[in-house]
Amino acid sequence: MADVTAATEAHSDAGGTGEHHTSMGLSNNKMGMWALIGSECLFFGALISTYLMYLDRTNGGPGPEIFDIPFTSVSTFILLMSSLSMVLALAAIQEGDMRKFRTWTLGTALLGSTFLAGQFYEFTVFVAEGMKLDTSPFSSAFFVLTSFHGFHVAFGILMLVSLWAMSLSGRVKPVVHAPLVENIGLYWHFVDIVWIVIFTVVYLIPAG
Amino acid sequence: MTAIAEKPSTGGSLFRRPRATTGPASWFTTVDHKKIGILYFFTAMFFFLVGGLEALLIRIHLAGPNSSVLTYDQYNQLFTMHGLTMIFFVVMPLGSAFMNYLLPLQIGARDVAFPRLNGFSYWVFLAAGIFTYSSLFLGGMPDGGWFGYAPLSLLGGDPIGQTVGTAGAEMSRMIFYSIGLQIAGIASLASAINFIVTTFNMRAPGMTLLRMPVFTWMTLVVAFLLLFALPIIGVALWQLMFDGAFGANFFRPSAGGDPILWQHMFWLFGHPEVYILILPAFGIVSEVLPTFSRKPLFGYTAVVFSGIAIGFMGWGVWAHHMFAVGLGPVANAAFGLTTMFIAVPTGIKIFNWMGTMWGGKLRFPTPMLFAIGLVSLFTIGGLSGVTHGVVPHDYQQTDTYYVVAHFHYVLFGGALMGFFSGAYYWFPKVTGKFMNDKLGKLHFWIFFVGMNLTFGPMHIVGLNGMPRRTATYPEGMGWELMNRIETAGALLLAVGVLVYLYNLATSLRGPKTAGADPWDARTLEWLTSSPPPAHNFDEIPIVQERDEAWFRKYGSTHEGEPEKVPAGASQDHRHEPGQDHAADVPAEAAEPDPAHHEPVGESGGHAAIHMPDPSWYPLIVAAGMPIGGWGVIFDSTILIALGGLVIFGGIAGWVLEPSAEETH
Amino acid sequence: MRAGRPRRSGLIGWALLAVAMLLLAGCANADLPQDALSPEGPVARQQDQLWDIVYPIAIGVFVFVQLGLLVVMWRFRSRGDDTAIPHQLHGNTKLELLWTIIPALILAIIAVPTTRTIFALADEPDDALQVRVIGKQFWWEFEYTGEEGQGVVTANELHIPTGRPVFLSMEALSPQIPDSVVPGEESDERNPQSLDGVIHSFWVPKLAGKQDVVPGHVRTMYIEADNPGRYEGQCAEFCGIGHAVMRFEVVAHDPGDFEEWLTAQAEPAFDGQSGLAAQGKELFETAGCIACHAINGYETSGGGAAGVRVGPNLTHFASRSIFAGGLFDNSDAEQLAAWLRDPQSVKQGAQMPNLGLSEEQIEALVAYLQSLK
Repeated sequence: MADVTAATEAHSDAGGTGEHHTSMGLSNNKMGMWALIGSECLFFGALISTYLMYLDRTNGGPGPEIFDIPFTSVSTFILLMSSLSMVLALAAIQEGDMRKFRTWTLGTALLGSTFLAGQFYEFTVFVAEGMKLDTSPFSSAFFVLTSFHGFHVAFGILMLVSLWAMSLSGRVKPVVHAPLVENIGLYWHFVDIVWIVIFTVVYLIPAG
Repeated sequence: MTAIAEKPSTGGSLFRRPRATTGPASWFTTVDHKKIGILYFFTAMFFFLVGGLEALLIRIHLAGPNSSVLTYDQYNQLFTMHGLTMIFFVVMPLGSAFMNYLLPLQIGARDVAFPRLNGFSYWVFLAAGIFTYSSLFLGGMPDGGWFGYAPLSLLGGDPIGQTVGTAGAEMSRMIFYSIGLQIAGIASLASAINFIVTTFNMRAPGMTLLRMPVFTWMTLVVAFLLLFALPIIGVALWQLMFDGAFGANFFRPSAGGDPILWQHMFWLFGHPEVYILILPAFGIVSEVLPTFSRKPLFGYTAVVFSGIAIGFMGWGVWAHHMFAVGLGPVANAAFGLTTMFIAVPTGIKIFNWMGTMWGGKLRFPTPMLFAIGLVSLFTIGGLSGVTHGVVPHDYQQTDTYYVVAHFHYVLFGGALMGFFSGAYYWFPKVTGKFMNDKLGKLHFWIFFVGMNLTFGPMHIVGLNGMPRRTATYPEGMGWELMNRIETAGALLLAVGVLVYLYNLATSLRGPKTAGADPWDARTLEWLTSSPPPAHNFDEIPIVQERDEAWFRKYGSTHEGEPEKVPAGASQDHRHEPGQDHAADVPAEAAEPDPAHHEPVGESGGHAAIHMPDPSWYPLIVAAGMPIGGWGVIFDSTILIALGGLVIFGGIAGWVLEPSAEETH
Repeated sequence: MRAGRPRRSGLIGWALLAVAMLLLAGCANADLPQDALSPEGPVARQQDQLWDIVYPIAIGVFVFVQLGLLVVMWRFRSRGDDTAIPHQLHGNTKLELLWTIIPALILAIIAVPTTRTIFALADEPDDALQVRVIGKQFWWEFEYTGEEGQGVVTANELHIPTGRPVFLSMEALSPQIPDSVVPGEESDERNPQSLDGVIHSFWVPKLAGKQDVVPGHVRTMYIEADNPGRYEGQCAEFCGIGHAVMRFEVVAHDPGDFEEWLTAQAEPAFDGQSGLAAQGKELFETAGCIACHAINGYETSGGGAAGVRVGPNLTHFASRSIFAGGLFDNSDAEQLAAWLRDPQSVKQGAQMPNLGLSEEQIEALVAYLQSLK
């Protein structure tokens, strides 16, 4: 939840008062976002460590062999592509091209949603195959880690859709609000990078 | 106000953006770091009374062997809540109170980087306190210790009863702990980000990092510790909540989970937490001692860097809380060594404080007494800390009253003494009034004696084999006398608290005689009026020296014999000491100006200063959190959804709320 | 108002405090049953020797700092009429180095024997007596697993020979399920929480420091006693409502006496009860005690055995002197009766259910229990 508010604060302050002079030359919002990301690294670090510790504690239930690597590779690729469209959205608002900006923003949100849908589908498959939250320490660690990441993606989507809506109503203006978009982009890229780590550590290494 | 009506596109605002900066409602909407600091202080003092009352009950119960004042169950709830309250709802928020009030003033800023987020932190902290204490009426308070060791924290203290929640979905009372602390953690995380950005970005011109006051430095170190420690406990609490409420298997041994994982995560947070609690007090003492010695802090760089070193080393000692867990000789030896050597930077601070006093002209008003009290008492806690590093003997010490003695010398003798020093020291700055010094000294001596009576004998009784967290003890163990002395000391401490409260109540009604700089102090906050105006400084000071305020009064602070500057630059603030400032003018009197609704530049030469508008949304978003928490406990999807709705609705309002420039 | 003077009464207070701290050295008191500074065996002694090194050093630093504070406060106190500003000294690099290096050296001196002892205590001694220790809410069970006395199970009292190390393999189990049940293999119908034991800590201060007992792990430690005697101990890790009354005793015998004791314990329970005790023997089965308690050699009406180990094994109950987590005197029929009448009212958090026994039944059961020498 903390990320929610920090991001929003960054959001609204940039939206309202623009950039001020700061001692370090970096805007408050951006520095706040970097601090948040630093903190998030430890959130994910702790969750991933737990997962690694419980990798072989499956209580006779399904283990890492349950993962469908090709399927997850595709959804990983989709999430990676969303980083690209995020970059394009930022470039568009920096150039003041709001039509393009809206397209790429919505596209990013859409790619993120596709990823989430894939995750949801994957969860239902695992549950059907007998891996539930309470099956084993392994399953608990897997579900809590990946859903925690999924929550981050969902929140990112919420921010992107808000950006899109606010640009329609004129609250998000060309060029002026580029730093705001950049900051949300920072968050989005971070969430993507974390997924790369999760994909590698959680899916690829144990299965391989 | 009309601006909102003209802009239907901002219709997300449920409330008009509040304007009033005075009056009762303004306290709910304030984003002024000074008001938030005051809110933190009084809320923390309230919880201090609650936690103190719990301690008193514990001590009265333990005054004699085989006591039946409390049941074991009540005792376990009380010691758990005493620890939780004092750590998370007293000492941490007291730190936040001082950081909030002082950080912007000390670096010459008008406010923190994210004012609304700052208000949010306070309300979330309050929500966490209310949520955790709501357990008292909802089935019983947490009873598994502040350390919440699994699997006991999943089972509840009594395996055949004492659960909370609804039938069919009973859970341990420690669920209040896991959710309450998650909420409190959100508050601290938001503060940490806010303080880091504020310290790095909002400094006045010339205020380089190595010119910052030591209190500011310690704030920065604490903020970084919070930033990296909170996620770890956050994850652990999250996992504990999933175990306790949703049947996950992180810490259930019968399902393959490992209780030791909880301990590692808890203490990996828990040890930096110790420094989170103590470093703000170190910062306060590093401000108070120079002022009343009339000398700069001895070895400023050494004190700053030892603080940073403590911050780093604090990450490498966590397993010293777990020596008896059986981690093996290699781990125990390694953590024993780091535990001993963290004494080195702490020692550097102690010696530098003594060096600061050496050669000075010492005055001993109340804040100075408390500061020296910290140096003296913390030394005792530090030394017993070194003995914990002697691992084989720690097998004897751990989980006895010897440890209770140790951390009370650190947290009461250290942190609280420091905070009371600060409370007396900055009281004139916050109110423009003085605390009664005679009563203050009485308070100090009662505390000093009472504290040693309460916690001193715990060293002995612990080494004589009395384990901690025991609801009773038999006769004939040789512990009776010491326990009686401890109880007497606790009663004395209660008297000390009453003296302080009386002093606080009467001094708050006293005359505004303090002036801007009553102590002849050294740092920026003493350049502005007491209390400071809402915008802190009429003109942001240009900083040229480490002790800028002193420098402006006495010239060069470099080695040499300084002489008083006849017409010091401290004259450059407009409001004469004792005079009312803009924020004290009643809202009705302050004519709402369409251009700048907070008219502060009433005299020429200053452009009007925009201060951030008050807002309801921090309070609203915070209010959603305990609602969701109760939803988890009562297995009520409706409550969880309601909580989520309030949170996300609040965030939406927060984002769409017009800012100052859009309303005019 | 702001200027004060250091007080002479303050000085006295500080001096008293210093004396009080010095007295700590003398607070070791071998008469106290759980004194951690009065070792009675080699393990505790090695631990205590480190205290004898670190304690004088700590007191030395304590006196140095507190006296230093007093001297500074007195010497540099501001005298009323002196308004001159003191020399604005910013620091001294040599001093900083000095008070960095000297404490580090002192700590290094402590660190060497500390590390040596950590590893020394981890060494395995030869020819140790093997005992399995089980911590349950809120009592201790001891099972002899070596060649000697195999199968002997006692509660609350651990008997050991003097002069010989005793190797303890320690587990924490649930108080609600039999010891033989392996968590994870049980069916889901049982409340999953009841499968879990909680963390305890085994502590007999005069014989050794603590070792936590963690569910899901087997923890090991050694203890050894120099002389025969009773050594008190208790659980030292908070384990729930009855944590404070999870006490126990280690009883050390001369090796010969120990052999005798062990041989007697290995015998099946006394079976020749008559009168009241014989009624009690019947009640043991019919009133439900048998659901949780084992008595070796007990024959049920159906020809079965009493072998469930949820609560303490009662085979030689009357040979012990304490029961219920070391809380009560075994030889006192009144205490035994009160316990059977309503366990929770005499020991909060006790896991033994109140069976609703009549006074006659209680009397008979007490007689039976007291016959189990």
